[in-house]
Parts: sequence; structure tokens; C-alpha cells
Amino acid sequence: MARRPSHAAALCVLLTAVGLTGCQRQDTTELTVAAAASLEGVFTELAGPFEDEHELRLRFSFAGSQELAAQIVQGAPYDVFASADTAQMTAVGEHALDPVLFATNELALIVPDGNPAGVTGLADLATGDVTVVLCAEQVPCGAATTRLMAATGEEIPADSLERDVTSVLTKVRMGEADAGIVYRTDALSARDDVETVPLPEGREAGIVNEYPVSALAEADDPALAGAFVSYMLSDVAQDALREAGFGTPGTEDASS
Amino acid sequence: MPNPSTAAARRRVTRPAAWPLLVPAAVGFAFLLLPLLGLLAAVPWTRLPEVLGRREVAEALGLSLVSATSAALLCLVLGVPLAWWLSRMRFRGHGFVRALVLVPLVMPPVVGGTALLSTFGRSGLIGAPLHQTSGITVPYSTPAVIMAATFVSMPFLVVAVEGTLRGLDPRLETAARALGASRWYAFRRVLLPAVAPGVAAGMVLAWARALGEFGATIAFAGNLPGTTQTLPLAIYLSLSKDPAAASALSLVLLVASLLAIGLAGSAAPIRGGRR
Repeated sequence: MARRPSHAAALCVLLTAVGLTGCQRQDTTELTVAAAASLEGVFTELAGPFEDEHELRLRFSFAGSQELAAQIVQGAPYDVFASADTAQMTAVGEHALDPVLFATNELALIVPDGNPAGVTGLADLATGDVTVVLCAEQVPCGAATTRLMAATGEEIPADSLERDVTSVLTKVRMGEADAGIVYRTDALSARDDVETVPLPEGREAGIVNEYPVSALAEADDPALAGAFVSYMLSDVAQDALREAGFGTPGTEDASS
Repeated sequence: MPNPSTAAARRRVTRPAAWPLLVPAAVGFAFLLLPLLGLLAAVPWTRLPEVLGRREVAEALGLSLVSATSAALLCLVLGVPLAWWLSRMRFRGHGFVRALVLVPLVMPPVVGGTALLSTFGRSGLIGAPLHQTSGITVPYSTPAVIMAATFVSMPFLVVAVEGTLRGLDPRLETAARALGASRWYAFRRVLLPAVAPGVAAGMVLAWARALGEFGATIAFAGNLPGTTQTLPLAIYLSLSKDPAAASALSLVLLVASLLAIGLAGSAAPIRGGRR
């Protein structure tokens, strides 16, 4: 660390660290997308074709939707916002130009590989003998979990209320919790490390998060931001979303 | 000691150079001060009693005070001997040992929290055998909050105390030993009183750092109101839903920090006074 690397080199290191490529074309336009933490896998995968088609670079900011919504209200320079529920899209008010639903997600009950606590369903979490981590109520996955508890009458004593769905997944993955409630897409993405316990109550109670995406009033190029929104509705994106475990809005039942 | 004529010459040279220093100094001061004014402007003064009277706020504040104070005391018990040891080290590579102790100072707190989780978590290096033999789970508990706070704040105390110990005349200890004092007695009755102001300043710094701790806590101890949700965690989570309430809670932390700085200032007149 004795020599200071040039700014360009530092930028490349930074961009590589966040999983973006294209250090060699820094003069191209950029589109900044604020997206719910649960979209990280599929958005990263979908970035390439869109970047090539529009000759631009996508920059993603993945976090809890409530955090992104707060940033947008405070004037963060994002072009597009993709939220994990409609409440956080509503929270940004007029900043969102024309939100459209592009995906749905359901809750999933996950346990570490081998299911050390022998969790068989939601009722086991309510006993208090199991270490459970949930999303905080302020986060969309936490809001959905709260609705699930209200619908089933099961009061789950959580050991920790995490700031985003990824943190819940991490704690279960590391074996630091016996169970957690995340999205079905998270459970799928981590299927090598976690097991999914059936959670029929979620679907029975109709607890489905609808994901809206919208161009933002702050967008430098509203047309490009709109193109990203349209891209999310395209067959390519919808196929990738389905593959990742998301449902299609407006259909009664998500696949499998 | 510089001789008087060169000191006078230096004074003459520096005088015209004062305003190129004063302008950036003023900008720097404003840069540090303005966010505080911004925070004060965002505080919903009329709602203050209501926000501060909430049960979860009282719990978070109580937990923050308890954990910061416990951490400061742990820093005292473990950090002062550690600082003494570091100040007496004479072997090759002691610089490396010293750097290791200071790692939490430069490590991002959230990385520190993950490191604590990998060590004391249920499947961690020490946590796994502990859990298997005794059934104890460290994360998600108030002791975990205290551990996270101690981890990030101990280097502050160690640095302060070690600096003071190094500044002491080594003959002080030698004289005590020559008069028949044991090493422990000399430390307790001669060195400790001499470095007391440094210890006090270090403790206040450690306490203030522990009070503001966020990243290591949320990563290691989690977030549960009443058990592990300290004031910074409560601020972070209310930021999205109720920014005004978050500002009100921040005010509480700000007042506590100012009190700590005031205390540290009055406890540490010796820090600048090396003569």
C-alpha cells in the first residue's frame, strides 16, 4: 500500500469487486438501477444482454427496498427502482414515473444443510426452542412475514430481525440459525447450502410479494430508464425470472 | 531544545503563511460542523418527548449504555495489561504484534462482526465446541453486543495507555524494583497512578466508540429489540420508516458523544503536555 494506485486502476478494482465489467469503456453512458436485495442474482445475470444492446453500462445498488426507497426520497441519483413490494414503491411517491409489476415472490422456510433442529414446518418455529432469524418488519420480506404470522396466528419469537433478506440467508447458510424465512428465490439460489421446508401456509394465506419496477423522475435519460423497465417485461427477462423462482404477476399460481 | 534565535526566525516566517492555513482550517471546521447543524435542523423538537418516551427507544438507549459501559470496563481490565505488555515488548517483530492488536481499528466493523461470528458463532472456531459441550449460543444475546463493542473499542484504550506508558521515565519502575517492589506491586502502585489520566482518556474514547458501534453488532449479535438492538441499530431501522424519529435518536447519541469528549478533554490534560 506504499504506492498509491492510479484512480483508473482503483476504479477497475472497485468495479470488479461489485461484479461489473467494462473498465475499458469508461466513457459509455451509465444507467443506475436501485434494486431489492432479492433481485441481485437475476439482475446481475440479465445485465449483459441489455448493456450490449444499448451500449451502456449498468450499475446496480442492491439493498433492502426500504433503504433504497429512503435514499430515493432523499434525492439519490438512481435512474430505475425495482422494489420487492408495492409499499416501498408507493413510499417514493412521485419519484416513480410509471411503476409496472414484473415479478412476484413467495416466502420460503429455510434451514441449514442437514436441518440440525429438525424443523418440519412453521409451527416448530413458534415453540421458541429453535433459533430463528427473520427480516425486520420495515423490510418487504419482514412485512410479508408479519402478514404470514397474522394470517396463521403463529407467533414466532425471532432471535434476530435482519436488515435485509440476504442477511437472513447468510445466518442460516452459516449455520448460525436453525431456521429463517426468506423468499423462494433466495432458497433456490442457495440450494447447495440450505434446505427448504414446505410452507403451504404462505400460499394459502395469499402472501405474495409483487415486485414493481419504475423509471425515476431523477433519470438522466428517461427513455433509457424506460427501456430497462420494458426489458424486465420481455420474454428473455421473464424466462430468467421464472428460472430464478419468481412468479409472473397477474397469474393465479407461480410455477412449481 | 531549539535555540531562541531560530525559534524567533521561524515565527517571522510563519506569520505571512497564516491565511493559507486559516482558509482550509475554516473549511475543515465547517465541514465537520455543518452535518451536526443539519442533524439539529432535522430533529423534530416538538415530537421529541413522544419519540424519546417510546418503550423501544428506552430499551435501545438502556442497552447501548449498559453495553458501552461494560465494554469500557472490559477494555480497562484487559486493555491496560495489554498496553503494559506492548510497551515493554523488546523482542524482534514486536511491531507486528502491535499491529495485530490495532487491526480492529482499521477493519470495517461489519467485517469484524463477521469474524466474530466465524469464531464465536454456533459453527465457529470456538463457538462450535462451546455449543456442543454446554449448549451455549453466543450470538443474538446481550453478551454478544458487549463482545462486539469491546472488540472494536479496545484498540482505542490500548493506544492511549501504551502511549502514556512509553512516555513515562523508565527509571520510575527501575527505582521501584530496586527498592524491593515486586513487578506487580510496581505496576499497581507506581505505574498505574502515573498513567491514570491516559487510562481515563482511553476509557472515555473506548466508551464513545462502543456507544456508536453498529456494523459489528448487527453482523454478530443481530437485531432484536430489548436484547441486541442498540441505539445505532434502532436509528438505522427507523431511518426508512420515520426519518424524523431517527434524527431525534441521533440527537441522543450526539449529546452522549459530546459529553464523552468533554470528559476525555478534562481527563487528559497530560496528552498534549509532553513538555
